[in-house]
Amino acid sequence: MSGAVFTMTGGRVRLDGKDVLKDIDLRVAPGDVLAVLGPNGSGKSTLIRALLGLVPMAAGRTEIYGSTPARFRDWKRVGYVPQRLTVGGGVPATVREVVASGRIARQSRFRPSSKADRAAVDRALAAVDLADRARDPAHRLSGGQQQRVLIARALAGEPDAFVMDEPTAGVDSASQAALAATLSRLTAEGRTVVLVAHELGPLEPLITRAVVLETGRVVHDGAPPQPEGACALPGHQHVHPHARDPETAAIASWDPT
Amino acid sequence: MIEILQFDFMRVALVLAVLMGLTAPAIGTFIVQRRLALLGDGIGHVALTGVGFGLLTSTSPILGAVVVSALGAVAIEVLRARSRTGGDVALALLFYGGLSGGVILTSLSSGNGSGLQAYLFGSIASVSRGDLYVVMGLAIAVLAIVVVFGRELFLLCQDEEVARASGLPVRFLSLLIAVTAAVTVVIAMRAIGLLLVSALMVVPVAAAQQLTRGFKSTMLVAMAIGVLSAVAGLVGSFEYSVPPGPSIVMFAMTVFVAAVLGGILMRRRGRPDDQKAEVTG
Ligand SMILES: Nc1ncnc2c1ncn2[C@@H]1O[C@H](COP(=O)(O)OP(=O)(O)OP(=O)(O)O)[C@@H](O)[C@H]1O
Ligand SMILES: [Mg+2]
Repeated sequence: MSGAVFTMTGGRVRLDGKDVLKDIDLRVAPGDVLAVLGPNGSGKSTLIRALLGLVPMAAGRTEIYGSTPARFRDWKRVGYVPQRLTVGGGVPATVREVVASGRIARQSRFRPSSKADRAAVDRALAAVDLADRARDPAHRLSGGQQQRVLIARALAGEPDAFVMDEPTAGVDSASQAALAATLSRLTAEGRTVVLVAHELGPLEPLITRAVVLETGRVVHDGAPPQPEGACALPGHQHVHPHARDPETAAIASWDPT
Repeated sequence: MIEILQFDFMRVALVLAVLMGLTAPAIGTFIVQRRLALLGDGIGHVALTGVGFGLLTSTSPILGAVVVSALGAVAIEVLRARSRTGGDVALALLFYGGLSGGVILTSLSSGNGSGLQAYLFGSIASVSRGDLYVVMGLAIAVLAIVVVFGRELFLLCQDEEVARASGLPVRFLSLLIAVTAAVTVVIAMRAIGLLLVSALMVVPVAAAQQLTRGFKSTMLVAMAIGVLSAVAGLVGSFEYSVPPGPSIVMFAMTVFVAAVLGGILMRRRGRPDDQKAEVTG
């Protein structure tokens, strides 16, 4: 129990009178890069929302850094990228405003944003290559760009653990490679990543462990599925940034501390 | 314009117009962002019962309205959070009950419904200096809440799940929005009337977002439009002897139409940074 980032034991989630998750036992250790895989409707999003205490559990227990979600106070240690098609809200908000809201768990109510806040937002914007769109309304960006805004919001909070629900859905391959480079930097510092994906793509070499869900049950927990010749895949080499490539040059300057 | 200021009630009313022009669009920006544009309408209907209660018991209608509309706002928020489907009908019942209760209580207290029109559509002369001090206090409280909790309210209205996963007290903040909206309704109720009060929360925001690109700028422009509409509408109401509520709302609507046209022109001409964005994006 000690030291785990997320611990779920005997987890069961019922939604609309239907068991969406059954008998889930899952322990995520610091430094893990865990991919949650499975077909549509298998319960991937529900699992990571339950890990964060966003859906109630019908049975079992789940803990974040040793506390139940209701008792957990150190929310600046986790960053969540929800599965969304677009950045929401009925009033326009600039890309920068949305990304800056990821700092909220680190800010105190009566103090204005600090220099450190602004610097972290700048780095997060650079990491997803949207620094030049910072002042545009987020809802006028393309779908994949909006997805990158949501990733930047989580990056801006500089959490110890990232929980990302399909962060690469709709994101082009250059940006996926950029995300992989960012995450490899972060995990090298011992940060933890739990991510849902259908196509691992350039993220694949980072993954240390995979959990496969099928109709609400874990059917595989262990080594990530290795497609043959994985190292020959074009995505593989993108993980190591080289400064000539403008997409990854932005990443080389990403420094989360 | 100058001679208007000779009348004491007009000076009081203009101060009130500035206060409600600032507060209603400020809280309205969060309400529109959360897609709850009708929340103010609901609270306005419920507040009428509070007014009727205050009149019947010969206590202050303002205090009655504050208490009842705050309770109504909490009820609306609880219904909204609890039920995704049945909440709709429950809200409607609350609106009808609030309006009917208010009309019955006011009629009982005055014997006829003559005072009612002033509460439904506003009245310039009805605001006493004593009322004004209460309203000033309420307005300062609303603006302080927007400043202190603004960042948290922004994330709540933008993305409730991420707000929860950031450790924000989501239930408390939701109630805070509802109660602050209720207080704003009471601030504006004397001058604009309970049936149109939420227009001042929504129309300036809708107008502002035609011209702006960010949340903060939308709020600030909406507050400017709110003050302009409230003051101009009040003066118009005095000049042409029409109730102030409809006059203020018609002025805000005019600004909205102008903003839509202005927004189209602005986009057609293309701002320099828009063009740059198209090249890189
Ligand atoms: N709020 C809800 N109420 C009722 N049922 C729900 C709710 N959310 C999800 N479900 C059901 O739970 C099951 C799992 O949903 P979930 O969103 O976790 O799937 P997923 O694995 O993330 O799928 P996808 O790959 O499409 O994102 C689905 O059958 C869905 O219908
Ligand atoms: Mg999902």
